[in-house]
Amino acid sequence: METAACIIDVNKLNFYYGKFQALKDITLCLKPHKITAFIGPSGCGKSTFLRTLNRMNDLIAGVRINGKVLIDGRNIYAPDMDVVELRRRVGMVFQRPNPFPMSIYDNVTYAPRMKGQSRGLDDLVERTLVRAALWDEVKDKLKVSALSLSGGQQQRLCIARALAADPGILLMDEPCSSLDPVSTLRIEELMQDLKSEYTIIIVTHNMQQAARVADYTGFFLSGELIEFGDSNKIFTKPDDKRTEGYITGRFG
Amino acid sequence: MMPRSGKRRQFKGRHKLTERWFEWIIERIIQASGLLTIVFIMLIFAFLLKNSLPLFKIYPLKAFLIGRDWYPISAPARFGLVPLLAGSLMVTLGSVIIAVPLGVAAAIYLAEVARPSIREAIKPVVEMLAAIPSVVLGFIGLLVLAPYIKNLLDLPTGLTAMTGSIMLAFMALPTIISISEDAVSSVPRDYREASLALGATRWQTISRIMIPVALSGITAAVMLGIGRVIGETMTVLMVTGNAALIPHSITQPVRTMTATIAAEMGETVQYSEHYYALFSIGAMLFVLTFAVNFTAEIVLHRFRGIRR
Repeated sequence: METAACIIDVNKLNFYYGKFQALKDITLCLKPHKITAFIGPSGCGKSTFLRTLNRMNDLIAGVRINGKVLIDGRNIYAPDMDVVELRRRVGMVFQRPNPFPMSIYDNVTYAPRMKGQSRGLDDLVERTLVRAALWDEVKDKLKVSALSLSGGQQQRLCIARALAADPGILLMDEPCSSLDPVSTLRIEELMQDLKSEYTIIIVTHNMQQAARVADYTGFFLSGELIEFGDSNKIFTKPDDKRTEGYITGRFG
Repeated sequence: MMPRSGKRRQFKGRHKLTERWFEWIIERIIQASGLLTIVFIMLIFAFLLKNSLPLFKIYPLKAFLIGRDWYPISAPARFGLVPLLAGSLMVTLGSVIIAVPLGVAAAIYLAEVARPSIREAIKPVVEMLAAIPSVVLGFIGLLVLAPYIKNLLDLPTGLTAMTGSIMLAFMALPTIISISEDAVSSVPRDYREASLALGATRWQTISRIMIPVALSGITAAVMLGIGRVIGETMTVLMVTGNAALIPHSITQPVRTMTATIAAEMGETVQYSEHYYALFSIGAMLFVLTFAVNFTAEIVLHRFRGIRR
């Protein structure tokens, strides 16, 4: 076991929606301060896997899970795990930009305010928005509704909002799928920039994106993790025929 | 409604013509039904005005609006609206204070907390509550609640504004719960997920995100509930004690505007002063409920606008 080097250590994880098994025996180790991408066709389980890491699947009725997910060495499915604490440690950015219908300022300060923090919010807003490469565009309209921003700006705001919770790990569920190419590029640059401080895990069905941004890539098919490893290797000479078939566009 | 395709091929031209006529007639019928409701409302209001305005030829409008005594059969008769209006407002306000927190809490429970199977079981029951005839609620209030309140608070009578408020709260609850639940349920799932993913607790998510976003829908639900309560007659007639006095406390008997009309209309001489006065109360009531419903419509409209 190389637990010491893993920030997230998944061991024999099985996941069921009712009778349907969505994840089969997933075992892998994610390294800190790296970007890991998961690719695969629709319905392959990559998003489900991502959502097991901050227990967002808890919201769905009738799911069952076994196996272990260790984050910082703690099993997040242990009975004494505080889900709220877990989600503060593991932030998430969703497929569609979903800022709250309130001001930009209130969006960024949401997580700290929910933690009970009321001081130093102004500094935090500036710091976080600078980090998310949005500050210059919004610094004069922090009190304006977040819904007035463009899609790309909204997504960067959502990233800022997640960063303001001070997570160590950032999950991104197809964060660029509803954005134009320029906004996509900005988000990708931002991810590279954030890598030094955060561990980023991204789900995407854009293989070029995975190849561009990710240090490691995993390929999911029908709930199984077919292949996982260095992105260069996965995209140039994968071990598995199915991986090769998918990345060369033969199916999916 | 469409002609069969075989025939259509055979008599193409003729069928097109009849089809067009048919469409035209259906459209006109539907349009007429729509317009009729407006005509009805206007006719009702005109009828109320026609039967209430003659009062003000013999009795001053100001004395009607701010008069503090309702003595319709004394000589000279006095038709002061204030005690009746106060009765209506007190009973309505009381029922709102009871029904709104309860209703909104129940709606949030159904939309956010309850498991789907429980929600599916409770929602139809809540809507069935709306189907209980008001006279039945009146009976329950008269026979069960009134004696209980009398003993509990040591009052001379259990027929009070409070008794009416409690019974009317039962009538407003289904409306408030059902519409608020729709409002909370229709908050985009994205918001809830985003909030929880940021490490907010379930209660923080409900109170900081779900309720504010659904607020205009909840407001509309409350307004519609109030509209129902203001217009309710039978229950209040049975349980509020029917004393046309300005109440000083919620534990006193009151008489509402609706109950006054229902109780006195049978005993008045047609086209008498008293008869016109009762219609004037009806017109006031109409204006009041119209205002409440109109406000609800505006709020609801805004609520739908935001979600689009």
